[in-house]
Amino acid sequence: MSGLDRRRLVGGLAAATLARPALAQGAKEAAKGRVVVVGGGFGGATAARALHAADLAVTLVEPAEHYIACPMSNAVIAGLRPMDLQVFGYEGLARAGLTLARTEAVAVDGAARQVRLADGGTLPYDRLILSPGIALRFDALPGYDAAAAEIMPHAWKAGAQTERLARQLAEMPDGGTVVLGVPGNPYRCPPGPYERASLIAYLLKTRKPRSKLIVLDAKDTFSKQRLFEAAWARLYPDHLEYVPLAGGGQVTAVDPKTRTVRTDFAEYQADVACIIPPQRAAPIAAAAGVADRSGWCPIDPVTFESRLTPGIHVIGDAAIAGAMPKSAFSANAQGKVCAEAVIDLLAGREPAVPKLINTCYSLVAPDDGISVAGVYHPENGVLADVVGAGGTSPLDAPAEVRHREAAYGEDWFRTVSHAVFG
Amino acid sequence: MRILLLLALAAAAGPAGAAEDRPPPGASSCSGCHGPIAGAAVPTLTGLSAESIAGALAAFRAGTRPATVMDRIAKGFTEEESRAIAAWLAARGGT
Repeated sequence: MSGLDRRRLVGGLAAATLARPALAQGAKEAAKGRVVVVGGGFGGATAARALHAADLAVTLVEPAEHYIACPMSNAVIAGLRPMDLQVFGYEGLARAGLTLARTEAVAVDGAARQVRLADGGTLPYDRLILSPGIALRFDALPGYDAAAAEIMPHAWKAGAQTERLARQLAEMPDGGTVVLGVPGNPYRCPPGPYERASLIAYLLKTRKPRSKLIVLDAKDTFSKQRLFEAAWARLYPDHLEYVPLAGGGQVTAVDPKTRTVRTDFAEYQADVACIIPPQRAAPIAAAAGVADRSGWCPIDPVTFESRLTPGIHVIGDAAIAGAMPKSAFSANAQGKVCAEAVIDLLAGREPAVPKLINTCYSLVAPDDGISVAGVYHPENGVLADVVGAGGTSPLDAPAEVRHREAAYGEDWFRTVSHAVFG
Repeated sequence: MRILLLLALAAAAGPAGAAEDRPPPGASSCSGCHGPIAGAAVPTLTGLSAESIAGALAAFRAGTRPATVMDRIAKGFTEEESRAIAAWLAARGGT
């Protein structure tokens, strides 16, 4: 045995024993097959890592050079956080030995079990995991198309849009009006628009005190509502006006040329308009035949396998995950559970019935955090809340607790992004 | 000595250990927040015994240990589920 082989064997044994005995042993003995994962975000990259750790042949398809994370990006928008903390390369995944296909998946033949790639190649699979994220719908709100989004940024996919909105807010003269349009359910990151409202209000209060934010919402109830509303009353009574659906808050049309935002009852002239439009699963979901008429993907709550096309699993924001919100935390948890299910299926075992956790932190101001948590299990064919668990931070939490929740949120982001991207 | 211990552990896990060693329900979610670094705001579970993790989960569930979010999460698991999670985490070194 050469020195190299010996080192590899001992190292491999140590790693398998110390780090993940279950996955490594199980896969080596039993699970066989090719897995393709489409989408290198918090869901897909997590699943790919877990499958690779189980010694399965896995290919992660992701055309982007970098992953730009949405969580914490509201702080970037408000000028409170540098953009570069949101950007992650794929070198860590490559270093871990994962096979990356740096191209786009453009079609899936579910019957022949193969993925067609933009570079002309095809990838056969025994199991496919789609974690494609969302597409903004540019056909849902009159006046709001891709060109309008350049003027009225959604900033709901982090990247150039995030920087554009941050710049518009930074350059807006004091005395201006910011309008934030919030869609109806479902959409990525349920509390996200309200964290964004809070941090924009913070920016106005501290830097442009004669300015105002108007939040136009297409619904009447939302995530962490009592906590957000209490924080707004406490912190931003002069800078944030919230208009719910019942108050005429649903945005019905926009005019990017004049930066006008319309509802059925009023017209708002904005200096900066952030319009978060309705969404659906990213296009590959429909191309693969796993999206239903809602635009999202129905799944089995144990395996995340599509209800529409066998052999394809859908995780993350694109999936209809019942009570589980569309969050990075959820996607990460689903990535691990889905990988386990795929390993079991490829080994000919019955997948174990999972439980999953979600925890979402939001900032209402710098160092002032709130959270919502949930525990989920399959019930009646969907992922349902475990009754008696979960819920939001207490309304009367002292400042010290809110500081800690802000720190926990930042810590979660550091931990999960390091675990996923290395 | 170290190598011997590893070999013994590997032998104990055995080739057929796969199904038994799968993460119990909920366990794989923990590492979303609990990382390997000591001194982080969210405490690491590295080096904790199964007894101490199970004890903490029981106290969070009972509401006898001060908490921000862990009381809300621990209530989603039975005593038996919590013990299984604790044993799995401890066996993996806490992640």
